[in-house]
Amino acid sequence: MSEVRTADKLNKKYLREEMWPTIFCNGCGHGAVLDYAFWAIEELDLDMDKTVFVSGIGCSSRLPGYINADGLHTTHGRAIAFATGIKAANPDLNIIIFTGDGDCSGIGGNHLIHAARRNIDVTVIMINNFTYGMTGGQLAPTAPLGSIATTAPYGNIEHPFDICELAKALGANYVARWSVTHPYQPIKSIKEGIQKKGFSIIEFLSPCPTAYGRRNKLGDIKKHWKWYDDNTILIEDYNKIMKYGTDEEKEKIKNKIQCGVFQDIEKSGFFEQYEKLVERLQEKRINGGKK
Amino acid sequence: MIEIKDDWCKGCGICIERCPVCALEESDRLNKKGIRPPQLKEKNECNFCRLCELICPDLAITVIPDKEVKKDVKKILLSPIGGK
Amino acid sequence: MKYKRDPELIREVLGKKVQFILGDMACVYGGLLAGCSFFGGYPITPASEVTEGMARRLPRVKGTYVQMEDEIGSIAAVIGASWGGAKAMTATSGPGFSLMMENYGFAAMTETPCVIVNIQRTGPSTGQPTLGAQGDMMQAKWGTHGDFEAIALAPSTVQECMEFTVEAFNLAEKYRNPVCVMADGEIGHLRERIVIPDEKDLKIIDRVPATIDKKKFIPFTSSQTRNSKVPDFPTFGTGYHTYVTGLTHNEKGFPATDKQPDHEKLVKRITTKITDDLDKLTNVEKLYLDDAKTVFVTYGATARPAESAMEMARAKGKKIGMLRLKTVWPFPFKEIQKLASKIDKIIVPEMNLGQIVHPVREYVEGQCKVVSAPKIGGEMHLPHELYEYLEGK
Repeated sequence: MSEVRTADKLNKKYLREEMWPTIFCNGCGHGAVLDYAFWAIEELDLDMDKTVFVSGIGCSSRLPGYINADGLHTTHGRAIAFATGIKAANPDLNIIIFTGDGDCSGIGGNHLIHAARRNIDVTVIMINNFTYGMTGGQLAPTAPLGSIATTAPYGNIEHPFDICELAKALGANYVARWSVTHPYQPIKSIKEGIQKKGFSIIEFLSPCPTAYGRRNKLGDIKKHWKWYDDNTILIEDYNKIMKYGTDEEKEKIKNKIQCGVFQDIEKSGFFEQYEKLVERLQEKRINGGKK
Repeated sequence: MIEIKDDWCKGCGICIERCPVCALEESDRLNKKGIRPPQLKEKNECNFCRLCELICPDLAITVIPDKEVKKDVKKILLSPIGGK
Repeated sequence: MKYKRDPELIREVLGKKVQFILGDMACVYGGLLAGCSFFGGYPITPASEVTEGMARRLPRVKGTYVQMEDEIGSIAAVIGASWGGAKAMTATSGPGFSLMMENYGFAAMTETPCVIVNIQRTGPSTGQPTLGAQGDMMQAKWGTHGDFEAIALAPSTVQECMEFTVEAFNLAEKYRNPVCVMADGEIGHLRERIVIPDEKDLKIIDRVPATIDKKKFIPFTSSQTRNSKVPDFPTFGTGYHTYVTGLTHNEKGFPATDKQPDHEKLVKRITTKITDDLDKLTNVEKLYLDDAKTVFVTYGATARPAESAMEMARAKGKKIGMLRLKTVWPFPFKEIQKLASKIDKIIVPEMNLGQIVHPVREYVEGQCKVVSAPKIGGEMHLPHELYEYLEGK
């Protein structure tokens, strides 16, 4: 067990090497998310025969194609609904959903809301690059105010969608947001999300130099990755400064994106409750109760 | 000692940028797509923190700790989420 | 909680052998008899009773019922459950059927067995929610984008609602295709006497699971273990590591969207796996066709008044017959061609402005006259109205 695990060994175990190299652009953060997912799975020693990866449509949704496990590449926005069905048919499977910001909060918003409300035991990894990357850079629901997109050429006038707030309000068991640029916390978070019973959603802020960065003066890959270092802040630090900091410090961090674990609770899930219901009905039947 | 899968590298330069001891630089060799993959500098500062291995979006870097290096390596990183 | 079909438990939950029930409930009974273990539904008139019936009965046979947030979620969950190993179905009406079209095509492309019960109502749009129609017949075949083969059954009685739902599951499992049961609001909300068949009289077909060596298995090609274009089914969780996608894919399941031959090969296989078996899939009822000169070609609810009109005419000595299509898609064109060569006139009564009359006309190829007898507005044809068509209206 004290063998040093390297990327090479992980690749051989989990990657579909014939599909590599990826379709992702130079400097895209999606590959890093895949990397973190592999490390988390390795740490947990998940049985790849009993793990299913589901995804919608988009750049993020191409990730399951590179993983050597059962994968379901579904229609735009509906990954979470498909995952509900798979879990219903076989509750022993671990289900990990890769989805994007447009896929999950745009067209798939309704399915996200209800799966979180029902507390279905799945792990959603939502990769947020503030744009619809695969189709060329159209405006996404999570795009910051004032950003440029191909369908918002004069600047975005809509307010962005904070998906973590929504998931928190719906009572999801585990809600977290991280930036792709630092590896350690995401890996730990993915582990926690998978192990958690109930609905877990982990949002990853990921750079998209080609579709988003280029149009918003962040075209240089290194500059774009640095933007995430400068514009994100951990929740604990945010709260501390807001409570004890000077006005100047508060002003500096006011608009930064908060990262961290927003919610970590234990609420019983849908299928747990359903199993109890079925048992109750069987008991009633065996005891000769009213049909 | 690092191993690079040359044909997987897309030349984003993030490993070079983010190495905490600036141990990497662009090499002179070219891969099939005309990209120059990274390599360790002459003066090998690498302390096996494995940040490059974790962050490479194309999983192209593998870090192998050198056994005969006389550096004072107090902690061998087995788990990338940090020591226990 | 893995489902295992238990015939005794199912019959205990269904109750007495002879019952007087709604058409919608008969679809529930049919699903349970076939071994349905997942139902994802959404309320819509006139199909809400199917969802309600499943909510009551499915947990008692240890199946899983989920009321999804909308019809799109329903069909998505059904397809997911099918890949998880369950026999899955959903029920809806016109507006919901329109919403399901994208994932209906996804099920056809990924060769997923599932059953959609469509209790049709008048359209377009919200229409008359409580009144029946047959306005979705073409949509079952052409509603989703792209090329695929549809399988659709049209029950005329409540007993057939039950039997055709069982048959729908069998066909879905055999051909790995989505199958529609096109009932309508009239039959769905009709109460009639049914007889639940015994286990020995019931034929249940299950999908063929993949069993060969994991390294040799190829998921999306003709079966490697039997002579069939339908591949063996690698259920999720059995270790086959299958990648299922709606993109055009190669035989291993990976996206292959650049070249024309890949797409042609895939789509030709998933369509010919059904059209090759047209003779086995043709299921019609023939009444008095030996000496008929004018024939009603009907399906679903319109078969009932057409039969009455035919009996009225026969009593007066007229040579009238009826061909009832039990399986509407794939269209049984050989029966139509055979018939057209022997008779003078075909009348197609439909509760829409003429849908199935078009393929009838296409395959008749001018050999006889084809008259459409449409009636819209939620009322069934009355026998004397159809009789007037026989007098040459």
